[in-house]
Amino acid sequence: MTAAELYGLCGAGLVGVGLYGAILGRSALRRLLGFNLMGSGVFLIFGAVARRGGLAGGSASDPVPQALVITGLVVAFAATALAVALLVRLAAVRREAGAARGAALPAGATAAAAHPESDGTGAA
Amino acid sequence: MLPDPRLADLPLVVALLALALWLIATRHDRSAIIGFTAYGLIVAIVWVRLGALDVALTEAALGGIMGLLLLMAAARLGDAPDGPPPTWPLRVLVGLLCGAVTAGLAVLVLTLPEPAPNLVAAVAEQQSATALKNPVAAVLVAFRAVDTLLESAVLALAVIGLWSVGADAAWGERPRALDSDAPDPALVLLARLLPPVGLVVGVHLFWTGADHPGGPFQAGALLAAMVALVWLARLGAPPPVRSRLTRVGLMLGPLVFLLIGLAGVVAADAYLAYPEALTKPLILLIEAAKTLSVAVALALLVAGPPALPRARP
Repeated sequence: MTAAELYGLCGAGLVGVGLYGAILGRSALRRLLGFNLMGSGVFLIFGAVARRGGLAGGSASDPVPQALVITGLVVAFAATALAVALLVRLAAVRREAGAARGAALPAGATAAAAHPESDGTGAA
Repeated sequence: MLPDPRLADLPLVVALLALALWLIATRHDRSAIIGFTAYGLIVAIVWVRLGALDVALTEAALGGIMGLLLLMAAARLGDAPDGPPPTWPLRVLVGLLCGAVTAGLAVLVLTLPEPAPNLVAAVAEQQSATALKNPVAAVLVAFRAVDTLLESAVLALAVIGLWSVGADAAWGERPRALDSDAPDPALVLLARLLPPVGLVVGVHLFWTGADHPGGPFQAGALLAAMVALVWLARLGAPPPVRSRLTRVGLMLGPLVFLLIGLAGVVAADAYLAYPEALTKPLILLIEAAKTLSVAVALALLVAGPPALPRARP
């Protein structure tokens, strides 16, 4: 087995592990990590193909798949940053909604409005 | 020289797969993210082993800021699982399906056509027209310029998307995701010592990218990491999102690329074609603008959406 095939198989394994994590990860952040692992596995398979093509064509690695992977890495980073921002915002909105509900529940208890942020999520 | 090169490859592969399994299974999000950062560094070494130095540089430079981004998010999100753990039948079912995906890909990897089809010769043949000695740079800025243009547009769109996630009341404010109350003195020292070095290395990566591994993405990612470090140590603060200068910096790369591309319709024979005499200066101009915009976009993506100052108790 050549090194390129070895890394190609590694990429295949990473796609599987990442897919499992993206479906069954215990938190949204973990599922995002799983999704990134999947992407990394796909890129590695690209790398294996580039390496084989490069060796066949007389260079270290085929430049076209390399360029595609570089583009992919940057786009994957941008997508992850956007997903993280959505998660953080979602958590904040849920906290606000929880606080509003908590304030509405004990009708007549005026002290409830004094702690609008304390809904027990404990996020630092 | 090792007796068998695979002696170096096998531990890398085992480490990657073991880390991947661990960071799916481990209890705490924070440890998973630290594991993921280590994973990124090992992948960068793997890219060197695969002969793709340009990709290795990108991976290494982006991995660091990705780790920072995820750690800051983990600190804000807390560590509670979303719901009850999945039942065992479900885990087995999903595991089998994922195993099937892996098996399918493995079969594809092992049955790739021989001899391997490639574009090495095609790139080498046309490369002299771009005046670039680094074939990857030639592909990025000339042969597949449309991809690269769309990608710089994607970065700008991601920043716009990120900004629009902020609370309504915070619009126009500055991003505060990296703010901490009292940065560690070691971090502050690092943020004073490292950026000058990082700046020089970043500019070098941009300049050398024409002929050697490197280029706008690698340079931009490294510069963004330096900026994020300064922001994290509170030696500087991200600009408010209403800042016109920031917006110009963000859009300059895609705009310069687009305008030169459109000019190619008149001056050369096609959209995104460069007139022969001006190829090198035009490519340099595009790459300089792109380095700036990539750095601005990545740094802003780490800095988060605009936010109101946190109320002090």
